[in-house]
Amino acid sequence: MNRVQALWKSSVGKKAVMAVSGLLLVAYLVTHVLANLLVFQGPEKINLYSRLLHGTGGALWVARLALLAAVVVHIVAAVQLTRRSQVARPVGYAGGRRPQVSTLASRSIRWGGVLILVFIVYHVLHFTVGIVHTSFVEGDPYHNVVAGFANLLVVAFYELALVAVGLHLYHGLWSSGRSLGVSQPSPRPLRRQLAVALSLIVWAGFTVIPLAVYAGVIR
Amino acid sequence: MELRSKVPAGPIELKWDKHRFEMKLVNPANKRKFTVIVVGSGLAGGAAAATLSELGYRVKCFCFQDSPRRAHSIAAQGGINAAKNYRNDGDSVYRLFYDTVKGGDFRAREGNVYRLAQISVEIIDQCVAQGVPFAREYGGLLANRSFGGAQVSRTFYARGQTGQQLLLGAYQALEKEVARGGVTMYSRTEMLDVVVIDGRARGIVVRDLVTGKIESHAADAVVLGTGGYGNVFYLSTNAKGSNATAIWRAHKRGAAFANPCYTQIHPTCIPVSGEYQSKLTLMSESLRNDGRVWVPAAAGDERAPDQIPESERDYYLERRYPSFGNLAPRDIASRAAKAVCDEGRGVGPTRLGVYLDFADAIQRVGASTIRERYGNLFEMYGRITDEDPYRVPMRIFPAVHYTMGGLWVDYNLMSTIPGLHVIGEANFSDHGANRLGASALMQGLADGYFVLPSTIGDYLASEKPAPVDTTHPEFRLTEGEVADRTRKLLAIKGKRTVDSFHRELGRIMWEQCGMARTATGLEQAIVQIPSLREEFWRNVNVPGSDAELNQAVEKAGRVADFLELGELMCRDALHREESCGGHFREEYQTADGEARRDDDRFAYVAAWAYTGDHAAPRLCKEPLDFEYVHLAQRSYK
Amino acid sequence: MNVTLQVWRQAGPSAPGGMVRYEANDISPDASFLEMLDVVNERLMAAGEVPIAFDHDCREGICGSCSLMINGVAHGPNKGTATCQLHMRSFADGREISVEPWRSRAFPILRDLVVSREAFDRIIAAGGYISAPTGSAIDGNATLIAKDEVDTAMDAAQCIGCGACVAACPNGSASLFTAAKITHLGLLPQGQPERGLRARRMVEQMDIEGFGGCTLYGECQEACPKLISIDTITRMNRDYLRAAVAPVRAVVSESD
Repeated sequence: MNRVQALWKSSVGKKAVMAVSGLLLVAYLVTHVLANLLVFQGPEKINLYSRLLHGTGGALWVARLALLAAVVVHIVAAVQLTRRSQVARPVGYAGGRRPQVSTLASRSIRWGGVLILVFIVYHVLHFTVGIVHTSFVEGDPYHNVVAGFANLLVVAFYELALVAVGLHLYHGLWSSGRSLGVSQPSPRPLRRQLAVALSLIVWAGFTVIPLAVYAGVIR
Repeated sequence: MELRSKVPAGPIELKWDKHRFEMKLVNPANKRKFTVIVVGSGLAGGAAAATLSELGYRVKCFCFQDSPRRAHSIAAQGGINAAKNYRNDGDSVYRLFYDTVKGGDFRAREGNVYRLAQISVEIIDQCVAQGVPFAREYGGLLANRSFGGAQVSRTFYARGQTGQQLLLGAYQALEKEVARGGVTMYSRTEMLDVVVIDGRARGIVVRDLVTGKIESHAADAVVLGTGGYGNVFYLSTNAKGSNATAIWRAHKRGAAFANPCYTQIHPTCIPVSGEYQSKLTLMSESLRNDGRVWVPAAAGDERAPDQIPESERDYYLERRYPSFGNLAPRDIASRAAKAVCDEGRGVGPTRLGVYLDFADAIQRVGASTIRERYGNLFEMYGRITDEDPYRVPMRIFPAVHYTMGGLWVDYNLMSTIPGLHVIGEANFSDHGANRLGASALMQGLADGYFVLPSTIGDYLASEKPAPVDTTHPEFRLTEGEVADRTRKLLAIKGKRTVDSFHRELGRIMWEQCGMARTATGLEQAIVQIPSLREEFWRNVNVPGSDAELNQAVEKAGRVADFLELGELMCRDALHREESCGGHFREEYQTADGEARRDDDRFAYVAAWAYTGDHAAPRLCKEPLDFEYVHLAQRSYK
Repeated sequence: MNVTLQVWRQAGPSAPGGMVRYEANDISPDASFLEMLDVVNERLMAAGEVPIAFDHDCREGICGSCSLMINGVAHGPNKGTATCQLHMRSFADGREISVEPWRSRAFPILRDLVVSREAFDRIIAAGGYISAPTGSAIDGNATLIAKDEVDTAMDAAQCIGCGACVAACPNGSASLFTAAKITHLGLLPQGQPERGLRARRMVEQMDIEGFGGCTLYGECQEACPKLISIDTITRMNRDYLRAAVAPVRAVVSESD
């Protein structure tokens, strides 16, 4: 068995793969949220950004494929690890097991991940491909955003998904440092200031846009 | 029965070296042809099994617990002695030897004790190499503390969990050998008899505690490292499973039992709180380095401790033993506690307790230093008693802790059954009538890592045991006897539970064969115990079957053996008409209440030979000579 | 005090099991949880019933035998406390208490509340040691070890191998157990030569035994009677990953 296989086969190795792919996706999310916030500066800036991005030609597709690959390995590893933990306890506790310190974020990370996956598919169809959008205009993201968030149901779904993204980030960011073995020892290892800050920023940045559109701040 | 100690001649400091040279060696290629059974996986057994396998022998190791890591050595708290003299405080191999012989009240073999002191030095090195995280100074050197009964700092420790760390070192070495294939481990497997063929120990009969299956294992030599028999008292600091079955069965097959009455009552345990009590918890003796022991000066003083002014307190250890004070040896400290409680000056709800007070130490060095030294012990005390020892003095009382007696062994650690070796607390060697603090771990590891692995080679090389396997009729016969006994216990279907018999036996033993013994009391016990035993075999209730995991059957077999051993202990205590170490006969004391030895009549090892279920045991004597440490009245004043 | 117990009873490894209700009346609040079970068992036997089997030995929190899931919490409600050190005064009078064995595929139930934890022994056998055959040691003071290092090693070395970490983990992971040993030995100079190999082998064995992976819920740390930190898991991951990506030395046979 070669080393890559061995690493992938082990539970620790698989977590490291999840951490690396997850961190890649977080890095993407940070640029994504910063770019999205351009919407507050009117149509010119964000549409310009969109044109620049599409003007890179092959590079955009390379990035897209890299992100897709990260999503795929992240999900495959997650599914396999979930399966492993289900097998590890075939019979549960008759009286239930009472969580003591685990956060909602950690406990919801798997189902939250499923929700995020559904959301990503919808989101790509909504704003990138445009086939679930009522008035999609290629190359005019400003219009697409304003028109897309006119629908309360769409806004609600986005907000729900963004809560899942925030929680997923909150646990994922903190645990990825530990999965990769780079976190420093701490007297209170469950504290996670960096993860709180970053996931709050990302969540807030994303979440404010649909609300602003729906509330008429962005028109 | 002739007891030949086989202590080599020559100057004491050369005996072990000379012996190691003179012993026959097993050719490395031949070692793998020999199978050695090791029963018990504690410090002695675990260390022996690992080391024998490293040497190349095929080893089968047995323990009744679910993992070898759970042997009761794990609970030793305080530390392990070694004559390293890292402190430059005047320690030496000779001083450790001297202290141990004197501490044992001149009832141990000088040759054995000297060897123990020599090896102590190697043990520390060995354990450090295995990764035992002994406490260190800021400079990175090993830390030491002084420990009960010693005036030098020679005790190495790992917080209050020294036994745990040493055992894990041995356990890890054992598992390394399991992985390598040298050791086959049998957990949840209890030895129920030893098989003797042509006068030699050739195997054991065990019960698989999960399936109940009785099985035989053959070997070229058998080693017992099964610990002490303190649970004969029901309440002791031993683990609930600790038992004497292995050594008692061996005794009944011909191994002499030496000094059964030498039991150690540890002075610093948490007092009994009620009838449901299942065991007693030791508070490490190291606490006496900083805690001061006291009781109210007046009998019947019921005030809270902080209400009793300094002038109305009696720091009785400091008063009676000014030079050792609170660090007086265990037997002395225990008896002193009993004496003040007998005077009605005991504290706590049962009046069977004395204070161990840290107020002065906290004032002197600060609560944080005390927390660093004893934090885990204080927490444990708090959990059990619901009191905070940082604010309220601890209450302590003596409890049975260790048994110095055990199967008689010669210098090679072989019992009177050739091929049956006994190591650690299970044998009688080295501690005499009283064991000093931090010496049990030292002895267990000395036997297991260094002594037995050398001496067993001499036995195998010179005896060249003929091949034997479990098809030998003696195995069938012994298996049958073992199975019959279990079936018999199950068939009684009486009214009383095993524990109720055990508790009653414990009460008899504690009252008549505990801290202070009298001829009348012991004679009474020698009548009471057989009658209890008779009732046990008529009226015990052991539910379930023998073909399953049945903890009641396990307990019943062990208690049945305690019911026989307890009587032997009383007989030994009765015959020893002197007071020495842990054996205190009220008739034999000095005017100021100290133990009075009788060296003219009793400077010997009392080894008892089994002569049948309904016959009195036969006493054999191994005289003790003291060439180096001159017989003297112990004085800790 | 009086409590009502719901106890998992199972006659053997492959027998069906279920919760059975017992009234435990007139229990002293100063009794330990196991002493309460002793009392219940004495009464069961007096009534001609089969007592409840449970693992226990030292009853002072160090041997790691006791292993009860009490009201859904490994070792019960008190932090840093093994079942044997838990006292009845921690429960309200009249309360109902559920008692179950550890649940893990790697810890098969043998009877009632007794499980087999041999998987832990095999993880240690895979590499949880320092190879130092008896007699080979140098002087204990020849290698200096900083106090901080040895104290941190000791924090991890305190593991009693009870399996509460596995029992409490939503994934049934043995990461804390494995990591504690990797940390203990990996922090000491004596443990360096085998550090990478140890981490790799122990992690592989942990996976072979069928324990779940680690999601860093933190439940193990909370359940651990010795309060071992999940920082050890970070260290295990680091040692494992380093060893997994480290260059391999070509194997040269000894006869060359």
